[in-house]
Amino acid sequence: MNKIQLTIDGVEVTGTQGQTILEIARDNGFDIPTLCYHPSISKTGACRLCIVRVNGNMIKASCTEPAAEGAKIITEDAEIAGLRKGILEMLLAEGDHNCLYCEENGNCELQALCYRYGAENPAADFPKNKRQIDVTSSKGLRRNENRCVLCGRCVKACAEIQVQNVWQFDGRGSHACLTSDMFEKLGDSSCVQCGQCVQICPTGALSFQTVLGRGPEWELKKESSICIYCGVGCKIDFYTNKQGQLVKAIGNPDGPNKGHLCVKGRFGFDFVQGDKRITSPLIKRNGKFEEASWDEALDYVSKRFSEIKQASGPDSIMAFSSAKCTNEENYLMQKFMRAVVGTNNVDHCARL
Amino acid sequence: MTNSIREIPLTESFLVIGSNTTENHPVIGSMIKNEVINKGKKLVVVDPRKIELAKHADVFLQIKPGTNVAILNGFAHVLIKENLYDKEFVKERCEGFDEMAKTLEKYTPEHVAKICGLDDPSKIVEAARIFAASKPMALYYCMGITQFKSGVNGVKCCANLQMLLGNLGIPGGGVNPLRGQNNVQGACDMGALNAVYPAYQPVANEENQKKFKEAWKTPLELSIKPGLTIVESLNAAIAGDVKALYVFGENPVMSDPNQHHVIEALEHAEFVVVQDIVLTETAALADVVLPGRAFIEKEGTASNTERRVQPMHKVVEPLKGTQDDWWIIMQIANRMGASWDYTCAKDIFEEVRKVTPSYAGITYERLEKELIQWPCPNEQHPGTQYLHKEKFNRGLGLMSAIEFTPPAEDVDPEYPMILTTGRILQHFHTGTMTRNSRILDEIAPEGFVELHSNDASNYNVSDGEVVSISTRRGSVRMKARVTDKPKPNVVFMPFHFVEAAANKLTIDALDPTCKIPEYKVCACKIEKVNA
Ligand code: SF4
Ligand code: SF4
Ligand code: SF4
Repeated sequence: MNKIQLTIDGVEVTGTQGQTILEIARDNGFDIPTLCYHPSISKTGACRLCIVRVNGNMIKASCTEPAAEGAKIITEDAEIAGLRKGILEMLLAEGDHNCLYCEENGNCELQALCYRYGAENPAADFPKNKRQIDVTSSKGLRRNENRCVLCGRCVKACAEIQVQNVWQFDGRGSHACLTSDMFEKLGDSSCVQCGQCVQICPTGALSFQTVLGRGPEWELKKESSICIYCGVGCKIDFYTNKQGQLVKAIGNPDGPNKGHLCVKGRFGFDFVQGDKRITSPLIKRNGKFEEASWDEALDYVSKRFSEIKQASGPDSIMAFSSAKCTNEENYLMQKFMRAVVGTNNVDHCARL
Repeated sequence: MTNSIREIPLTESFLVIGSNTTENHPVIGSMIKNEVINKGKKLVVVDPRKIELAKHADVFLQIKPGTNVAILNGFAHVLIKENLYDKEFVKERCEGFDEMAKTLEKYTPEHVAKICGLDDPSKIVEAARIFAASKPMALYYCMGITQFKSGVNGVKCCANLQMLLGNLGIPGGGVNPLRGQNNVQGACDMGALNAVYPAYQPVANEENQKKFKEAWKTPLELSIKPGLTIVESLNAAIAGDVKALYVFGENPVMSDPNQHHVIEALEHAEFVVVQDIVLTETAALADVVLPGRAFIEKEGTASNTERRVQPMHKVVEPLKGTQDDWWIIMQIANRMGASWDYTCAKDIFEEVRKVTPSYAGITYERLEKELIQWPCPNEQHPGTQYLHKEKFNRGLGLMSAIEFTPPAEDVDPEYPMILTTGRILQHFHTGTMTRNSRILDEIAPEGFVELHSNDASNYNVSDGEVVSISTRRGSVRMKARVTDKPKPNVVFMPFHFVEAAANKLTIDALDPTCKIPEYKVCACKIEKVNA
């Protein structure tokens, strides 16, 4: 691949032929704002927030503009900042962006950009578009189109990542809006609730049912793990709130899933903190389970295993290990059966 | 998988056989759809049901359940007959071609179409030509290949086909089994199998026996006799030979074939310990239940379907009263004479590295910043993106002559229909986790049986009506879902629902080599239940 040299805000940087100005700038730590752009989908070049100055006079959308050898890029000056502020105020004016009661407060790219550019609340008599609010028809997703900036990310995420093609643009100009398979309600559409459009939406127009009442974004903690459900092994960032409750699952871009999840990985974690969990060892006496201490239960289990081994030999004991458990646990289980019990009677449900 | 998920964009054509990818491995399903729908790659789907991918396929072959070997032989037959196979690859890297070719002679498209219940033999030819023209072809399969009495043969036929086409050892090709649970791959790698130590080192080999005895510093003689598989052990429990069962994170009452038989085995055993997070149907039958921890309450690693080892972290504080699963196993071991002193999962992994050559180069530190797929023999090794690059493990790739054999149970006048089982998008396995996750349970709250509209009208059943499905082993009732998805005369049932447990019905006939039960096909009958 051919390398190219250019200057961004006076700093010499290197990129690869074919990369856009935005890609090279981001690779080198320059922060150019965007709304419609997202690295996991194809480029749209519609929101114009990513405009930069190229070689002194031209203003270009950096997300679609290929970088040229020797180009001199200014990521922001007074004029560009003013243009950006203007774009943001237009977006604010068109919808109903009240962070006070928005569940994505603190997790909104529009909000962050408005702070950054000091965008003002629109005049009160500006005619607002009233669009679809549908927070109940889908079990997993909430939709409030009055917070939509028509960036098109959801359309592309559904077409290019989930490949379900649920979202479409409809109408023109100030009547432009989104439809889900031409249905009014998302719950009536062919949506499979993978949640990718929510994950990628820069505003509160799309959100997850699970976040409601679970604390503001800035109090959430994030830690990654691997989905428990299938062999794809999607990497998931789990968010928990101050009380330690699970709030949401977001696909991690570094996993084999490249940020994508399916409905199971997205919503299949309630059981961990559900009321069905067992919280004490149980020993069955006279046909009924009774709670026991760990010592009592472990003593009893090892005594019974030892007795049975003594009486009938190690091959009279069998262990079922688990394809839902970790490598370390599976390793230890087979070691226990082989090195402590003395049998190769260990298997798991790979075959099932 | 021989190859990697990130190679999907390099593939020119896909053969998806016995895998309902968009429901069972949805993220890979979407990646395949993206290539096919958005980039015009070719797709051939072989399945008894008109699954979602079938709608996007260039060729869809709706075969009778249990006839994979025949259709795969049919593809190979066409490739040889039309001289479309990769002669150089076969000559340089494989052996057994002549014998295989001889066996394949009779698998003409017409013959195969008859076995598989296909109307149009020319579609078999068309599919084979696609594979030859659009290389690399990547073959994806799942339980729809393996869950048969002839499962191992099905896998061998997949390998035959990919060797013929020269699609092994190259990026974007491969034989790619999709693992049904998050760590099937790792559980196998770790030796949680009756005949092998970690890294598939046979227990029946005296050198391995010596090696592990030393590594584990155990006074005990390690047994050289392969152990029992799960289904065999259940039979042995009923016969009185297996007296104690230690069931860890499994729910055989729901997941194993022939539920009735499993319950009988558990009742026969003298002593049953279940270590799990909830009181499963199996735990209810135990003598002792030990509360372990859920996946996001613990540290450890898991290996995905492409052999990628990934770190799992503690996301939430473990529930009070539970213990780490490794700790529980260690406590029992130490009470039985061992003196293990692991303090965390990482201590165990360090030991794993020493005895598992394919994991030797993997460390917790590396996993935090690198993508590593085994084999990874040392800490400088980057891991292995795809297998069989220059040669196969055994040297030359073995092409096998495989004959089609019919499933164990054929239809007859009493049980005239074929039952096949599987999963649906929203649920997992026995439902222990997904059915206790609110949104998933709300989206798909109940079991059903999928019936072709022809059969529905024959039995005078309409959508949503309750029917009873019976096999020689049992009978369950549930709502009928009338669609055009299954092949006529084939019904499909998901196995997640305890109220309508499919495994009350399925058969426990086993593949003679790998002992996998034949879940995917048995004979059944349908009756309308008049409310
Ligand atoms: S719903 Fe969100 S992602 Fe979709 S167009 Fe509106 S703002 Fe963009
Ligand atoms: S949740 Fe997934 S399937 Fe549904 S609209 Fe969003 S991206 Fe499409
Ligand atoms: S999120 Fe879906 S596709 Fe990914 S590992 Fe989990 S179950 Fe599999």
